[in-house]
Amino acid sequence: MSGRGVKRLALLALGALLLAGEARAVLPDEQLANPKLEARARAIGGELRCVVCQNQTIDDSDAGLARDLRIILRQRLVAGDSDKQAIAFIVRRYGTFVLLKPPFDWDTLVLWLGPLAILAGGGVGVAFYLLRRGEAARAAPPALSEAERVQLDGILGTDEPA
Amino acid sequence: MTAEIGQFALVLALMLALAQALVPLWGAWRGDRVLMAIGRNAALLQAAFVAIAFASLAAAYLANDFSIALVAAHSNSAQPLIYRLGAVWGSHEGSMLLWVLILALYGGAVAAFGGSLRESLQARVLAAQGMIGAAFLGFLLFTSNPFTRLFPAPPDGAELNPVLQDPGLVFHPPILYLGYVGFSMAFSFAIAALIEGKVDAAWARWVRPWVLASWIFLTVGIAGGSLWAYYSLGWGGWWFWDPVENASFMPWLLGTALLHSSLVLEKRGALISWTILLAILTFSLSLVGTFLVRSGILTSVHAFALDPQRGVYILAIIAALTGSALTLFAFRARAMRTGALFAPLSREGGITLNNLFLLAATATVFLGTFYPVFMEAARGEAISVGPPYYRETFIPLFLPLILLAGFGPMLNWKRDEGRALLRRLRGPGALAGAVLVAAGVVLGVAHVLTLLGLALGVWLIAAAFWVLARRWRIGQGGGAVEIARLARATPLAVWGMVLAHAGLGVTALGITADTAWQTNKVLTMTAGQAVSLAGRTVTLRSVRIVRGPNYEANQARFEVSGPLGDRTLISQRRFYPVSQTRTTEAAIGVGFLGNTYISIGDETAAGALVTRLWDHPLVGWIWGGGLIMALGGALSLADRGRRRAVVKRSAPAAPRTAPATA
Amino acid sequence: MRGALFLLPAALFVAVIVTFVIGLGHDPSQLPSTLIGKPLPAFALPPVRPGEAGLASRDLTGQPRLLNVFASWCVSCRIEHPVLLALKAQGVPIEGLDWKDEAAAAARYLADNGDPYAQVGNDRSGRTGIDLGVAGVPETFVVDGKGVVRYKVVGPISPDDWDRTLAPLMARLRAKT
Repeated sequence: MSGRGVKRLALLALGALLLAGEARAVLPDEQLANPKLEARARAIGGELRCVVCQNQTIDDSDAGLARDLRIILRQRLVAGDSDKQAIAFIVRRYGTFVLLKPPFDWDTLVLWLGPLAILAGGGVGVAFYLLRRGEAARAAPPALSEAERVQLDGILGTDEPA
Repeated sequence: MTAEIGQFALVLALMLALAQALVPLWGAWRGDRVLMAIGRNAALLQAAFVAIAFASLAAAYLANDFSIALVAAHSNSAQPLIYRLGAVWGSHEGSMLLWVLILALYGGAVAAFGGSLRESLQARVLAAQGMIGAAFLGFLLFTSNPFTRLFPAPPDGAELNPVLQDPGLVFHPPILYLGYVGFSMAFSFAIAALIEGKVDAAWARWVRPWVLASWIFLTVGIAGGSLWAYYSLGWGGWWFWDPVENASFMPWLLGTALLHSSLVLEKRGALISWTILLAILTFSLSLVGTFLVRSGILTSVHAFALDPQRGVYILAIIAALTGSALTLFAFRARAMRTGALFAPLSREGGITLNNLFLLAATATVFLGTFYPVFMEAARGEAISVGPPYYRETFIPLFLPLILLAGFGPMLNWKRDEGRALLRRLRGPGALAGAVLVAAGVVLGVAHVLTLLGLALGVWLIAAAFWVLARRWRIGQGGGAVEIARLARATPLAVWGMVLAHAGLGVTALGITADTAWQTNKVLTMTAGQAVSLAGRTVTLRSVRIVRGPNYEANQARFEVSGPLGDRTLISQRRFYPVSQTRTTEAAIGVGFLGNTYISIGDETAAGALVTRLWDHPLVGWIWGGGLIMALGGALSLADRGRRRAVVKRSAPAAPRTAPATA
Repeated sequence: MRGALFLLPAALFVAVIVTFVIGLGHDPSQLPSTLIGKPLPAFALPPVRPGEAGLASRDLTGQPRLLNVFASWCVSCRIEHPVLLALKAQGVPIEGLDWKDEAAAAARYLADNGDPYAQVGNDRSGRTGIDLGVAGVPETFVVDGKGVVRYKVVGPISPDDWDRTLAPLMARLRAKT
């Protein structure tokens, strides 16, 4: 692999930077000197898919392309791009597939709103279901009080299990 | 010779499975006891022959028989014995054979131990199980034959992927399959019930232990898989929302719903349609998972090789099995509703809500996993769905579920009263509230998810144990003797429920802590160099070359010193000459409050070692919680066994009405 | 209404199965290109052999051309190579982009195996490749006379690919210019 010809922006000295997050394949020579920028790079890197790997972020992958993208991402951030601009730079070249967080548009409406819709729709259905049962149950004899239940348990000789 | 025996055994098993699928069905319809008995024998024989086939394959691997193509492709004479065994299921064909074996064994169990079942029900269950078996035996024989020979036989085989050469390979797939495939029992029972047209307490009583056992295996399987990924992939990650992981998680979610729903069915005769539907869907998701791993429809680190042809076959099986099950459901389930009544605020109502949330959570994972396929089919566009999606949709769904899970066991059956319920849970509520406030003060209000995670984890654990406190009437004036007596009288099933719920809380706490407070450093180190990590000092002591049975490694020795003492951790960077691959063995310092995780990479040109260090707070709680959940399940399972024995022993004695005991 | 509810699972299931059937026909590892329909990004690459002109994006105008991304270290490229030589013999204009490779190694590779390219540019850093959305080698772009990308092949070109897809496309594009 001869990808080392990329110009390094900053060399990491012995002191490492303390960063929260995952970044399992980021190499020391890729990291930026500016901790704020490096933190942004890590955050974005965790949301970009390595397109030549099977289900890894560019931060997690050892692949050459992942490393190239990590370096380019940092170059863009150093050049002054905002997070959005840096991401757009990569998306323009590799497509929305590279985003681990799918975009929110008409095509992905079902994806993003589906869970809530299912919960809400199901919730309404379940509410009707329970209320209907409840109506009938109200007509039934009242439940036992705590004391009565304990008494009954004693008579039956078995505690009601959970 | 072993390959021929194995092949022949599979063919016989297929024929027996076909017989098992058709004969008892006919027998049950006709009321013909002889035909139904044939079903039982067919099931037992089928299990025996699949076992013979499996044993043949295993023998071939263990004996290094490279004339069998599969063995040559996945095993090697230098490979340690245990991994030659694990390699049996390290391939598509081998793991499929394991799948079919477990299916056949479960079916055989119904035949052997199902004497207390109504004969027609047992016959129909065996028939359904036989259909599934026949379908997959056909799949094996026609598209994925494990016994294909290789001419000429090579002198030695290819190596099993070094990443798989790990104890995890030996345990994870079998345990996972015992879970996955175990849900076939509930499926078959559901189909049998739909055909029969009725579901009664006996049905529920019989189904529950199988659901429980499958659930326990699946819980351990998933937790084990997550742990395996954690220590073996060198990244310290334990869940990636990878399609194959999701494929095992979805049956677990629905299986949990099924577990609770069948509980209501057994005790109160309610939620029949829910339970049947859940039984069908849970196993269907297992089937979809099998499809996913083997068809190449989605990329995954776990998937076997791409083969759309196999995918078509499995899809056809799913369409036939699930399709007919759901059709049966559409037309027959309505008639089976009983009048079992309950108020909205009751344990039954709570479990209905539980079903809803788990279904929504499963649907979310399903949407995320398969949306790329939908998009591609509908739009021709490629999108990808990764962890960020699940973080924003699944988590918000699951947190309320954890909240509700605390209420559930405190709810009375049939009808409860809101204020009384809240009063019962004052203790746990106060505790959780205190944690929430304290964490908010220390961490800041901005970290909403972390705060909620902590508070809800504590809530669930406290609420679970509060059930015991209430049972033992702690704080109501009884002395230690009284409490001890009540404790001894507590059924195992209650302990099981307490542990299972508490385990979930423990896992929630582990996930929250690791996600929120993980720290990481990446740097190059030379011998003698030290770096600080989360309040501890890590020193690289030495780097040297070591040799293993089939690899050569660069080994780094680290010393970690902290307030609680020192320890030595060793990390290796291995090279496997046969397959020319490199792996990293991470150094993990396990602690109750968290792990230190060190992973070395390659050496730089200057001779320094690329070193990655992490601190993972409470990460062990994630799998510890899983283990506690499984233990809870096991206690519940044991309870049934004990009660069965109790009832049997006391049967001739005075007629006691024991509500819903097995 | 209640009856319809019981049919819902089955109905949803049918939709899911249909989607899976369609999905099976597609290889998830094949990424569609974002450049299709857009002009080639500007680039100017040095040559692999000293004294030559190298390759620049403006060289890919005037007539429809193939832009083949290769490397001397790439195994699949060697499989594709004879196909490219055959196409050159037919008069198809092919430009080469040597990706993440040493110029000298590429020059040796072309000397040993034949040179199907009209012009070759050396992208040692791989930066131009990233601008083109290259994820691996070999990949081939079909660029029309105006420098707009019309198609992308990921992986080696087989004679079948040429006959069925690329040749008709190139003919169509030639007719337009």
